Amino acid sequence: MRSLIRSFLPSCVVILLGGGALWVATDGFHAFTEEAARRLYVAENKPEIPSLMLEDMHGDATKLSQKTGLSEKITLVEFIYTTCLTICQSAGSEYAKLRDQISEAGLGDRVRLLSISFDPVLDTPRQMRGYAENHGADGAIWTIARVSERDLSLMKRSFGLRIIPDEFGGYQHNAAIHLIDQSGRLAGIFNTNNTEEVLRGVKSKLR
Amino acid sequence: MSMSRLGLSLGLIGICALFRQTLEADPVKHVLLQLPFLATSGYLFAIGLGVRNLRINKSIANAFSLISVFVILFWMLPRYIDASLVNPMVEFAKFVSIPLFVGGSLAIGWEKSNPFLCGFLKANSLSMLGVLAFLYTYAPVRICNSYLVIDQERLGAAFLITAIGLALAWAIPLFSPPPQETSFMKISNKKAVI
Repeated sequence: MRSLIRSFLPSCVVILLGGGALWVATDGFHAFTEEAARRLYVAENKPEIPSLMLEDMHGDATKLSQKTGLSEKITLVEFIYTTCLTICQSAGSEYAKLRDQISEAGLGDRVRLLSISFDPVLDTPRQMRGYAENHGADGAIWTIARVSERDLSLMKRSFGLRIIPDEFGGYQHNAAIHLIDQSGRLAGIFNTNNTEEVLRGVKSKLR
Repeated sequence: MSMSRLGLSLGLIGICALFRQTLEADPVKHVLLQLPFLATSGYLFAIGLGVRNLRINKSIANAFSLISVFVILFWMLPRYIDASLVNPMVEFAKFVSIPLFVGGSLAIGWEKSNPFLCGFLKANSLSMLGVLAFLYTYAPVRICNSYLVIDQERLGAAFLITAIGLALAWAIPLFSPPPQETSFMKISNKKAVI
């Protein structure tokens, strides 16, 4: 019996330590990808988002978030570049659906939707107006805006965005809907095609 | 101590460090070239130092083989493939842990490990490569944020080719004829009978 234990003990120790290390490295086997880890971190830590100044589709200045108390609006943010012909267009359609759901739920005065361009060079106010007209973003609930080139890095860092150039002269990025709560904290990240879950997240913050 | 193996090992790790950006720009080169190079570097270094002559029993050898498995599993996590590209500390950890705990551990433990464990690990590595191939080829989302979807699919195909290659490399010797009796073996056998 003793020799059996002696022969298995080193392997058992390695299996326990190795399994434990993998458990820690994946946040309890919950986050195997960077995107999953980003979402888990946001859900658990609710990091504060700097109140960056943006330029909207009419050329007016607007703030990314306003941390001035519970009476302020919840901000839902997605990141786009308007020359994108694939995922940003479908994300735009989902956002239009979300806008309608927010209106129907009577939350239009408590929630605002922002589509922020991370390509400030090509996405001029005129270009953004074209995208807004195509998707029905009139600025009442849903606004299209761009970040300044100076603040782009800060925005990417704050949200954990990874934007890489693709083979067609565009970009691939981690597409998602980001919920900024009334206190200016990033409180949740949702899939762009799961508007029901986003609405549930919004309602839970407004309770 | 074998200076040629030590030199080759340092050469390999030097290539990995020197061409780091080129290798890491492409997920296939990153995962299926740089990482195996690092492991091979550690293996050659350990062999060059003469670790094969270490007197260790089977249970310790098994443990060393298992260490290499867990470190391989860690570096197959897309999260840490991504992290190694943006976090210098994680990149450094990759350059240290793979040579040491994959290459070095295999050099110490693999040949003396229980053959059943070796067979089990080989079979599991093939199935793991198959799962990774399917995942990277058909996942509807980007698995690694640092790489394009098209590159992700290429990596999936490369995992599949690697799995097939390893399966053939491990299976073909099983069907090869037994070794011919050489004149030296004949003499040895006669002496043994005498």
